[in-house]
Amino acid sequence: MKECEDTGIIKTIRCIVCPTGCLIEVREDIEGKNTFQGYTCKRGLEYAQQEFFEPKRIMTTTIKIDNAIHPLLPVRSNKPLLKEKLNEAFQIIANTTIKAPVKMGDILIKNITNEDVNIIASRDMEKK
Amino acid sequence: MNTYKTDVAVIGSGAAGLAAAIEVKKAGLEVLLLERGIELGGILMQCIHNGFGIKEFDKELTGPEYAQLFIDQVNQLQIPYKLDTMVIEIAFDNKLYAVNKNEGLIEIIPKAIILAMGCRERTRGAINVPGFRPAGIFTAGQVQRFVNIEGYLPGKTIVILGSGDIGMIMARRLTWEGCKVKAVVEIQPYVSGLLRNEVQCLEDYNIPLITSYTVTKIHGKDRLKGVTIEAVTKDYDRIIGTERFIECDALLLSVGLIPENELTRDAGAEISSMGGPVINNNLETTLEGVFACGNVLQVHDLVDLVTAEAKRAGKNAVDYINTRYKKKLKTIQSICLFPGNNVNYVKPDNISLSENIHDIIINLRVKNPDRRVQINIKDDTNRIIYKKKKSYVIPSEMIELNIKINEIDLNPNCNGLIIEVIPLLEPLIE
Ligand SMILES: Cc1cc2nc3c(=O)[nH]c(=O)nc-3n(C[C@H](O)[C@H](O)[C@H](O)COP(=O)(O)OP(=O)(O)OC[C@H]3O[C@@H](n4cnc5c(N)ncnc54)[C@H](O)[C@@H]3O)c2cc1C
Ligand code: SF4
Repeated sequence: MKECEDTGIIKTIRCIVCPTGCLIEVREDIEGKNTFQGYTCKRGLEYAQQEFFEPKRIMTTTIKIDNAIHPLLPVRSNKPLLKEKLNEAFQIIANTTIKAPVKMGDILIKNITNEDVNIIASRDMEKK
Repeated sequence: MNTYKTDVAVIGSGAAGLAAAIEVKKAGLEVLLLERGIELGGILMQCIHNGFGIKEFDKELTGPEYAQLFIDQVNQLQIPYKLDTMVIEIAFDNKLYAVNKNEGLIEIIPKAIILAMGCRERTRGAINVPGFRPAGIFTAGQVQRFVNIEGYLPGKTIVILGSGDIGMIMARRLTWEGCKVKAVVEIQPYVSGLLRNEVQCLEDYNIPLITSYTVTKIHGKDRLKGVTIEAVTKDYDRIIGTERFIECDALLLSVGLIPENELTRDAGAEISSMGGPVINNNLETTLEGVFACGNVLQVHDLVDLVTAEAKRAGKNAVDYINTRYKKKLKTIQSICLFPGNNVNYVKPDNISLSENIHDIIINLRVKNPDRRVQINIKDDTNRIIYKKKKSYVIPSEMIELNIKINEIDLNPNCNGLIIEVIPLLEPLIE
């Protein structure tokens, strides 16, 4: 019975939590309820749910820095950022220039896309 | 000529050199770090992505963050270092010669040396491809440096040959920077880097991964105009009629790394077939008092394992100075290690057993991926003296075995061991 109501697989997610790499299938029934199949362990299910409902990524890139030994400083987000907000965050960083010196962990851009995520320095960088 | 005396000289200040120097200093000996670059940290400084330090710190750090934690310790412990200083020779009696801009040629007289020069990217794969050599062909690590440190892009439309981790990470990085990555082309039937990178660097950005294909022609005279790719059989023979042209103005090679050992070879140390020096279980090369760790010894995929190996090298150099320096070494038993079935290489190359050796760390890589296997160590009478089950093995992941000498039944006359990885017959319960 249930099988007939099923509208089928709407997404497949490859679990990357461990190297087994299970293929997890997400199905949606008529009422819009989602079920997950193909995972081997609980960590895989949690990963697939996060990845399906609200995918997030740590962001790592560089920012322009004035008066330092290099023209760029490596930076990261202190927490994972919504995947759909990554582009917006890249734009903001691309239009920002900071000044040396900085210390690892210094907050360079606070609350970048209004998700309570900060962009921080990945290393110290001295003045030239 | 300036001369420096120290207990231990460390060549290279990447993850390996930093950890080794810290270990020596903490044991109360003098150490001098020599680095040809303009700052400490080595290759980590250009690896701005995260994924470092999961084993060592239980956190996902970026490369520069991982390095910074060690650089801070070097500064706290006031470990002396020389930047912009390239070691050019390991001479007789373990004297070192180096050059830098301020002092010219300098001489360093240490009691022990730790080699931590890292590795270099292979260019194989491009060498045999017909066509001109136009501008626009780079190694992936070179481009990583351009983009992440110097602020240049290699081109606008990109093809990457080889699906190693550095290549896949650069595919994502260049996409973020506005380049169009047309394809990642892999000669093997499977990805050579981590699954995580395949998913988060390629699939996330719909970058096509073309396996069992390779680049067979380079187009363009002054500037790259495109490449021809062609399908190959599993023995890497070209399949006629499968040619495809891909337009691009940059080709990145991500076809593997090779230890950097010109210095070591010129000093007369024996080099093994994988490019690293031959070592014993103390990480000591065939030159007495010269130790090796990190990518100069064997190419590592996890920096955490580099750090652990470097700490051992530091500790062993200290032990050497405290107990064996200028004394004759007494070994009870010397055993050679050989790669067997499905094993590409093993480190160390030989084990010298003495009374104070209690455990031995063995690293190996398989030739082919496999699931449900058993790793066996067999002695020269074909007797299995150690076995370990594993649910999967892949060439890109180094395997580490920690063997307690008193737990294995080692024949005192044994002088050779074979390490093999064979399929497991009985079902595996995980
Ligand atoms: C591009 C790349 C990406 C990687 N990504 C990851 C990752 O995502 N996660 C992970 O865990 N690991 C990763 N690794 C692996 C790990 O980070 C490295 O294996 C590790 O940092 C290597 O440390 P090392 O000290 O052996 O070598 P290096 O960092 O290469 O250091 C060698 C140093 O020696 C110096 N040197 C060489 N010759 C001389 C000389 N003659 N005189 C003076 N100095 C000299 C060099 O300038 C350099 O600074 C990556 C490796 C590479 C190459
Ligand atoms: S579901 Fe579990 S077993 Fe499968 S890949 Fe994910 S973590 Fe590994």
